[in-house]
Amino acid sequence: MSITRRIAIATGLTAALMGTTAMAQDNVRIALVAKSLGNGFFEAAARGAEEAAEELGNTEIIYTGPTSTTAEGQIEVINSLIAQRVDAIAISANDPDAVVPALQKAMQRGITVISWDSGVAPEGREMHLAPSSDELIGATIIKLAADQLPEGGKVAVLSATSTSTNQNTWIEEMKSNMDQYPDIELVATVYGDDLADKSYRETQGLLQSYPDLDAIIAPTSVGIVAAAQAVQDAGKVGEVNVTGLGLPSEMAGAIESGASESFAIWNPVDLGYATAMLAHNLATDAATAEPGAEIGMGRMGTATLDDDNQAAMSEPFTYDASNIDEFKSVF
Amino acid sequence: MTQFIKSREAILLAALIALILLVETRFSGFAAPGNLARVFNDTSILIILALGQTLVILTRCIDLSQASNLALTGMVTAMLNAAMPGIPVIALISIAVLLGILMGAFNGILVWKLDIPPIVVTLGTLTIYRGIIFLVSGGEWVNSHEMSASYKAFPRAEFLSLPVMAWICIATIAAFAILVTRTPLGRAFYAVGGNPGASVYTGIDVGRTRFMAFTIAGGLAGLCGYLWVARYAVAYTDVAGGFELDIVAACVIGGISIAGGLGTVTGAVLGALFLGTIKNALPVAGVSPFWQMAISGAAIIIAVAFNRRREPGRVILKEVAQ
Repeated sequence: MSITRRIAIATGLTAALMGTTAMAQDNVRIALVAKSLGNGFFEAAARGAEEAAEELGNTEIIYTGPTSTTAEGQIEVINSLIAQRVDAIAISANDPDAVVPALQKAMQRGITVISWDSGVAPEGREMHLAPSSDELIGATIIKLAADQLPEGGKVAVLSATSTSTNQNTWIEEMKSNMDQYPDIELVATVYGDDLADKSYRETQGLLQSYPDLDAIIAPTSVGIVAAAQAVQDAGKVGEVNVTGLGLPSEMAGAIESGASESFAIWNPVDLGYATAMLAHNLATDAATAEPGAEIGMGRMGTATLDDDNQAAMSEPFTYDASNIDEFKSVF
Repeated sequence: MTQFIKSREAILLAALIALILLVETRFSGFAAPGNLARVFNDTSILIILALGQTLVILTRCIDLSQASNLALTGMVTAMLNAAMPGIPVIALISIAVLLGILMGAFNGILVWKLDIPPIVVTLGTLTIYRGIIFLVSGGEWVNSHEMSASYKAFPRAEFLSLPVMAWICIATIAAFAILVTRTPLGRAFYAVGGNPGASVYTGIDVGRTRFMAFTIAGGLAGLCGYLWVARYAVAYTDVAGGFELDIVAACVIGGISIAGGLGTVTGAVLGALFLGTIKNALPVAGVSPFWQMAISGAAIIIAVAFNRRREPGRVILKEVAQ
């Protein structure tokens, strides 16, 4: 290749790159970083964010994330987003601390950083939007199990990984609500790591270790589906009720088979929508994240920040046989 | 008989029995025949995949793309089933196997014709196949209520008090025992791994033999794709993420030498069963979840340490002493 041709190509490339940068500057570019790609919950949140972008106009949503639920993967994603000079990063963190240095780097570059769903330590973000308050979720998941057990009984928790921030907080809140249900006994907490096969095996272990188990509470979408399938395969439908947090589309089969009486979830579409609205307001300097601030979330109302710059969106919503058909096609 | 007692398979079998008895002391009922059958059924997929991997490792190669292959074929059959519930299960299984063979053959072709190191090829296809799942599914899940009842029921159906999935596994083990010990191709796998150079002079096509190993491993991964998705009644992008390492670990525990040319079907089956037993035992043994991973890892290292190569095993073509 001759020198002149090389220069010509290089110039062309530079021009093309500059062209895209110039174009991008017109839009507010909000990166929505998921725990991992290919998870129905985050796909639904991305749809909500797109909805907010349409409403706002001149806004571009970049939905991205690692292919597996690791902090390392998210750090790579954050670094590439910094290189792309996005206007805002909204992240659901796989680890509250590991992603902090990368996010601080982003903030130093003038990028608005917020966390949503699963939080980041305060020094690594401007604000955090919890889907619901942790107290409300903890209270909801134990109530779901207790409502089906008027006589009391034994329940077990099937969580995701043992280091998952939101899982551990919810389980703690759930435990602090247990004094309202004196007849309910929590016998075990096991970890399925959000893998279908491990969650299935852990459920089988629970059914074997506690033959008189009455309910399994799985506050994770992969775990609850696997637990319902394991209960069904063990022929324990009607004996063991699987409940917790799950998506209607994924849980429709379990409700149909009777393995699950009811479960709850906030609406991820609303969550993605509210996150995009907040990120937009902060990135365009329409609002500042500080304790006590009230920031608009479009149709979701306003978020009021507490002393840690955290806000809650709304309470979780319960799904059962009466409304599952309506919601299973939504998300 | 004395030869068998000294063999690594016998040591592994003893370790497996000791493990089961150890768990029995912590959780009574684990060693009951019904529960052991359940553990075997649960380990079926790992056994089938480990057998495929055994052939590949015997030829001095490695296939890291099996789990991605499994996830992709699983997703494709689940999507076909969701879109057209009328397709009979047997047709879906055939599609799964064919698709798996295709992906295995692609690995094989790259290793054979382009002479790229197998670890590089399959590290690449590991991500390629996983990436294609995103493309075909758009990141969406296929959920149990979208799958037809017959699709989910087939691996669970009981036949002579064992689920069909366990029978498929037993049939695969039997077929492999014949393939490896009674056919020219089986001998070729050992010869190519034992001494690739000498194999050429004896008229064995090294590249073609490796291609066959990859293709068979791929076909089995495809079969397991259907079994996995039907068993757990859910298909998503991350299905069996990281499972390729479990497969290789099962082979290594089973005494299949990473250097090639050494290992038996019995070893691979026992290795997979050993790992499967640990996976099933930890949830009921009351071990803290924080220790579980460390215990799995330690068990692998200990098993391999016991399994150190002491005698050459089955040598088809001897290597010249250096």
